[in-house]
Amino acid sequence: MSVLKAPVTPRDHILGPANAPVTIVEYGDYECPHCGAAHPIVKLVLEQFGKNIRFIFRHFPLSQVHPSAQAAAESAEFAGGRGRFWDMHDGIYENQDRLGLPLLFALASALELSEARLREALVNGEYAEKVRSDFLGGVRSGVNGTPSFFINGRRHDGSYAFGDLAGAVEANLRLKVSI
Amino acid sequence: MSQILTVGATAPEFVLRVTPDQNLSLSELKGRPVVLAFYPADWSPVCGDQLALYNEVLPEFRRHGAEMLGISVDGVWCHEAYAEARRLRFPLLADFHPKGAVARSYGAYREGEGVCDRALFVVDGSGVIVWSYLSPIAVNPGADGILEALENISNKEGSHVSAQSAGHAA
Repeated sequence: MSVLKAPVTPRDHILGPANAPVTIVEYGDYECPHCGAAHPIVKLVLEQFGKNIRFIFRHFPLSQVHPSAQAAAESAEFAGGRGRFWDMHDGIYENQDRLGLPLLFALASALELSEARLREALVNGEYAEKVRSDFLGGVRSGVNGTPSFFINGRRHDGSYAFGDLAGAVEANLRLKVSI
Repeated sequence: MSQILTVGATAPEFVLRVTPDQNLSLSELKGRPVVLAFYPADWSPVCGDQLALYNEVLPEFRRHGAEMLGISVDGVWCHEAYAEARRLRFPLLADFHPKGAVARSYGAYREGEGVCDRALFVVDGSGVIVWSYLSPIAVNPGADGILEALENISNKEGSHVSAQSAGHAA
């Protein structure tokens, strides 16, 4: 079974309390249709488990097949540098059917972030290293496609259907309580 | 499932079509590590993900001086169309005629279906297999095992390799 080799650090984007008994790390690609389909399901799972769950999203763009994935990931990081990572993250997935530079700039404007600064950050690749570092951590952890989930450090080999994901979280919660 | 060649075996030599008018042989690549990825077919979904992943990890493979080669029984024209559509940046070799002969020599041929198994080999600069892995046919094996094998080669040859690359840089 594949194990998460890249531990959660302050560089990560984290939702939920640090002491939550269950941590989910997702490796995702903003242009991947499966990740788009998983997005609302993940939100439901987070809602369902409330304070018992901590969620981390890391980038795993396959940019040769998904030409907008890298720019989208860098845009989310740009927003993250300004405290708006999750707003950008949600915005991209919720409008995935029209992903492209115009959407990324429009989202930045809607979040009152400077479109010009975003453009500059993308041109200069200011966040490329962060995205690549997420990607390589995923590769080392055996991520072979997206979305990939690690639940308390172990790869979730089930599907991203609500029942599968919630069931795996539930199993980890019980595990923690019984120790 | 096949019995693939394991660590310590000499990687069997091959000469395969890499473009409609060019061949590539394993011995041409002697002196640097080679990653051989046998896979069942162009265009099938899992293969696509697997090769797309290697495409993205390629700079890391190259950092270890390694060449990445994909091998299936598809013909050169099929490979060409596939590589273009998926923007693959490494060669695909056609184990097309006699069909599957190279895969067979690595123990990575599925007689029943007439396709290559999903098997990975890392060959060092002297032509010896230092890592091999047979994945269940429907599972994308990822790239972590390949990277680890390449790192081990680099660590073993550490001083030698850095001396060489310094030479190249000069």
